[in-house]
Order: sequence, then structure tokens, then C-alpha cells
Amino acid sequence: MHSTAIAPHTELVFRHALVVRITHWVNALCLLVLLMSGLQIFNAHATLYWGSKSEPDRAILSMRAVQRDDGSYAGITTIGSHTFNTTGVLGLSGSGENVESRGFPAWITLPSYRDLATGRRWHFAFAWLFVLNGLAYLIYTIASGHARRDLAPTRGELEHIGASISEHVRFHFPKGEEAKRYNVLQKLAYLAVIFGLLPLAILSGLTMSPALDAVFPFLLDLFGGRQSARTVHFLCASGIVLFVLVHFFMVLVSGVWNNLRSMITGRYAIETSEGGHG
Amino acid sequence: MADRRLTRRGFLTRSAAFGGAALLGGCDDALSRSPSFRELLTRAEGATQGVQRLILSNRALAREYGEADLSAHFKANGSTQVDDPGYRSLAQSGFADWKLKIDGLVDRPTELSLAELCKLPSRTQITRHDCVEGWSAIGKWSGAQLAPLLQSVGLKPDARYLVLHCADTLGRDGRYYESIDLIDAFHPQTILAYDMNGTALTEPHGAPLRLRVERQLGYKHAKYVMGIEAVSSFANMRGGRGGFWEDLGYEWYAGI
Repeated sequence: MHSTAIAPHTELVFRHALVVRITHWVNALCLLVLLMSGLQIFNAHATLYWGSKSEPDRAILSMRAVQRDDGSYAGITTIGSHTFNTTGVLGLSGSGENVESRGFPAWITLPSYRDLATGRRWHFAFAWLFVLNGLAYLIYTIASGHARRDLAPTRGELEHIGASISEHVRFHFPKGEEAKRYNVLQKLAYLAVIFGLLPLAILSGLTMSPALDAVFPFLLDLFGGRQSARTVHFLCASGIVLFVLVHFFMVLVSGVWNNLRSMITGRYAIETSEGGHG
Repeated sequence: MADRRLTRRGFLTRSAAFGGAALLGGCDDALSRSPSFRELLTRAEGATQGVQRLILSNRALAREYGEADLSAHFKANGSTQVDDPGYRSLAQSGFADWKLKIDGLVDRPTELSLAELCKLPSRTQITRHDCVEGWSAIGKWSGAQLAPLLQSVGLKPDARYLVLHCADTLGRDGRYYESIDLIDAFHPQTILAYDMNGTALTEPHGAPLRLRVERQLGYKHAKYVMGIEAVSSFANMRGGRGGFWEDLGYEWYAGI
């Protein structure tokens, strides 16, 4: 009964600067287009290798269609020495008359139909937008102090990371003053993506360029060859997808409307209950 | 109040889901097919070419590999045989009567036999061939360097591109052709290869002559080269985009 007496008081705080909000949504669009057009490009040769060249018998991942004994077709995915039946999704997909042999299915590639040339056009146009947008974000985030103030974890936060992890796995999210800042796990995840995964995706992508390999031969050595770079590029994309899925999940469970509003208008609601922890 | 909010939230969730589904569900295909949107996407090629040309010193060499790195099986892509009757009769006599025609905006139009080409300044290089599809193969190529050959025929001042006319046809879209600019034409690794992995070029790999332009993707490396024409522009030639695959939407500048 006393809970009505300590009804939480909601306060709107300013959380995300305009530059962060704009670059966030441009980045989201770019990543979606890059992923889908990237899978179109991947489908042109749905096999990954390690090293400089592609030797068919040394593939580390491949998706293809095979004919079964009864004459029907199946989609299979081979990773190392393990083969999986992935009919309908990888290797063979489509419905009715449109069943075809393709790495990733039509619903996730851009364009949906097989068209490497157009996939490349989308990919490189949005790669430019992605890089320019990323540079604008980086310049802002470093010059404004956002990186140092909001993204860099403090020594204290790192020392108490264990407590933060146990709070997270129980879906206990910070309230009040604490909610005004990024949590330490959030900071580390963002830093890993901004300064690790995304730059690695760009570098491995550029290493596939025969012209850039002539100017920067160290790129080939960095990744262990052009085909390794292609594999790393694929893994980076997979890592980004994983990050986005976790990001979506966290946004959903920690208040989807509040989170969306803060990334659109900048305003984030926090609960400041006078009664302390209820 | 609470109800209104729920409705608004529901609307936003639905529209976000709808927007996502539209992109995932193929509405983007309309954009992919729209000529004006394609033109917009195509502008990225200019940016890529501009920046790469800026940082790419004209003479930076593509990496060269060792004999041990040669691909056990070098995939032959595109045309692997030529149906043209003229080509077939030349092939039957081992290309003894084949001649490379060099014309267009040159001071001294020339015809060269295979034997004459083999006597020109040559270069042997073990390089990586990167197909636009994504695979790579390493091969050893020997051929006449294009730069000294161009100097000997003399390019007229308004020559800006070299168009390579080929003997093969792919599908119903006519003869294969390609074009390169003078930066690539005068690059030391740009050769007219007549020899692959120590033996004369085989038909799947473009006999008797193919271009090697090592800092670009595979489709630029025209096979079955019959003639080289120096031009000031390729805008009025065939599809107007400077090559067989270019006319089908691929980049003319294939450095990435």
C-alpha cells in the first residue's frame, strides 16, 4: 500500500546529441544495405577460403545445391569437414517454380534476384556513405569529448564489471542517476564495434581491391591473403549482425519506446523515485 | 492518455516493421531497376576511381608471387571456346596466320603476327587473378609489354583509351570487348600475354592472346584479342560503357 506514496517521478533528460542521432540512423541504413548487398555479392561465389587463392578442395565454408538419389535437390552447407542440410535457407531456396541454387535466400539479398552487378553498385555506394558518416561521427565524438566522457569506461567501472554482468543477466537495468550514463558493458560493446569490428570490416573489404593491394601490399600480409580478407570480411559482417541482434534485444527489454525516443528526439526518461529502491 | 500512447506505440512498431519488411520483401527491387536510382548509385564508381587513382601511383606494382604459389587449377571463366568460323580456321593452323591489328588514333596502324609479338620486349609475372565473382587464382603470364608497343605505333594526341576487340561471343550480346585508359595501358605489368604457366595460351584461357591488366578485376583481362583500337571516347561504341560486362551494369573501373 505504501508504494503509492513513493510513486516514481519521471524526469526527461537530454541523452543523445543531434550528430549522434543522425549518424546512428544513417549508419543503421548503411549497415542494412551493406549486409544485404554483401550477401548478393557473396552468392556469386558462395565459398570461403584462407590464404591468397581459392583452391576448391580447401574451402572452409561453402553453400551449394546437390542432387539426391531420388532426383530431388537439397541445399547443403559445408563448414570444414561438417556438412549440414540447409535446404530452403542456404544453398537452395525459393518456392514453387522459383526454387534455385543460391547461397543466401532471396529475401535477405539486395536485389532479391541474382544480379551481382547491381549488388556491387549498392554495396560500394553505401560503403562510401557508411565511411563518410562514420568519419563525421568519429570527428564529432572525439572533438566534443563524447568519447572520453561517455564511452571510455572508468577504472572503477572496470573493477566492478562482475557486478554489472550479474545485474545484466538478471535484466536489472540502472535507474535514476545511473541510467543517465552508459553502463560499462554497453561502453565496452560500443567501443569494440566502433573501434574494432567496423574498421576491420572496412580494411578487410579494401584488401579485396586489386588496385589497393598494389598501393598497400601490407594489407595482404595483415590478413594473410585476399581470400583470407574475404573470409574476415564475412566474419565481420556476422559479428555486426550478432551485435545488432543483442542491441535490438537490449533496446526491447530496457524500454523500447524510451530508447527509440531518445535516439530520435534526444530525450530519455529516467525514474527518480524518492523512496530509494522499492 | 495511456490508450493513446499504446496506439501510437503500436503504430510506430507496425510502421517500423512494415518499413523493414518492405526492404526485406523486395520493394528495393523497384529501386534496383529504376534508371535514375541506378545512375545515383553509379556515382560511387567515380568516387572510387578518383580516390584510387589519386593514391595509386601510376607505377605501383601488383604483388608478384612465387612458382610455389601457382594455382593447381586455374579456373577458366566467361568464354572457354570460340565459335567464330574465322577464329576456328586460324586456330586449326596454330594461329600461324593470325595477326593482331592495331589501329584507330595511332600514327602507324600495324598488324603483328604471333611470332613478331614474341620478339617484342616482354615480361613474365606470377600474379593473382581476382574474379568479380569473388574467387582468386595465381598464374604465371608471359607477354609483350603494351607500353613499348604503343610507343612504336605512336598514339595520336587525342587518344585516351584502348579498346580491345575480341573473337568470342557471350550469350546473344555480341562480341566481347573491353577498354582501358592510358594509365593502365602504360603500366609495366600490362602485357599482351601469349604464354601461361610456361606454355602457349590454351583456348579456355584466351588463345592466342589475352590482356593482363593486373590492378583490375578479371573481366578487364580480355581474352581472344584480335585488335586494339585507340579511341578518344567509347561513348558511341556498342552499349557506350566501354566493355561487354560494363554494358550489362558492371563498373568500367574495376579496381575494387
